[in-house]
Amino acid sequence: MIKRFLAIIALLGAAAVLLPFVLKLPTEEALPGLASEYIENAPGELGAANLVTGIIVTYRGLDTLGEVAVLFAATAAVGLLLKRTGNEGGVSHWRASEILESGGGFLFPLIILYGVYIFLHGHLTPGGGFQGGVVIATGFLLLLLSGSVNSFNHTVMSLVESFSGFAYVAVALAGLIWAAGFLDPRFLPQGDFGRLFSAGAIPVIYSLIGLKVGAELIGILDAMRCKVRREGVTA
Amino acid sequence: MNIAIVIILGVLMLAAAVTALYLKSLSAAVIAAGAVSLLASVIYLLLAAPDVAMTEAAIGSALTTVVFLYALSRMRGTKKEDPRD
Repeated sequence: MIKRFLAIIALLGAAAVLLPFVLKLPTEEALPGLASEYIENAPGELGAANLVTGIIVTYRGLDTLGEVAVLFAATAAVGLLLKRTGNEGGVSHWRASEILESGGGFLFPLIILYGVYIFLHGHLTPGGGFQGGVVIATGFLLLLLSGSVNSFNHTVMSLVESFSGFAYVAVALAGLIWAAGFLDPRFLPQGDFGRLFSAGAIPVIYSLIGLKVGAELIGILDAMRCKVRREGVTA
Repeated sequence: MNIAIVIILGVLMLAAAVTALYLKSLSAAVIAAGAVSLLASVIYLLLAAPDVAMTEAAIGSALTTVVFLYALSRMRGTKKEDPRD
């Protein structure tokens, strides 16, 4: 009873803290200083048709690098906790239904294509490395669920993951040497506005992020699934 | 019109969240929590944030739901094993 009362009090307190933001929300007509600065300068400076990507990868590139590092730490922790014991890898017990099996095989290349499209066109259309990587991971998840693949090649996955992480930092350092600073994408030619090969190194950076995020999330899913199946077999 | 749709979706989101709290079956509760994310992604899309909507739909409703379901079946596996040990 007292627990419930305290929970209600805590919820009311949270609502009271958040209420001023809700009331203030529609009254702001003009953009605050930094945002209008970004919107005025970014298209000319970066040549990215998708302004959001331009800001995330360049002006706030250090945040993005931090996010990638956080995701890497999370994946490493999951891999450590759900350590592979080595006695799995036999045939799995259950079979997916016919519909899931053939549908998964049919949809898998389309989903991968869509994910690659999202991160390659991150500087042109909504989306980018993180979204594309997650879409690729869901494609591999469908393959796992449909039972057509029993395990992934971990050497290839960790190679892709560490190569893209290394190359991301290398591209950032190239910006430090040949352009204005760390993570500056302008050391590559800016190209025509709105074309695939434009906006300097932004598509390169986002493709690398997409590969890294995809490989990490597939690693998490694979680690959790292996554990499940092993215990399913022993139980 | 747009605002009305957003409000309806928000109410549905709240309903799904409360359903997730009160459902007896854990896997049904996980699905309800995934529905909250899916509705949130539609709201983001209506509020003109397509990239956030994409992230929410892919991570929130697809990957998180699956990771929860995997964790749930893993817990069931250990529960079955315990009396034997």
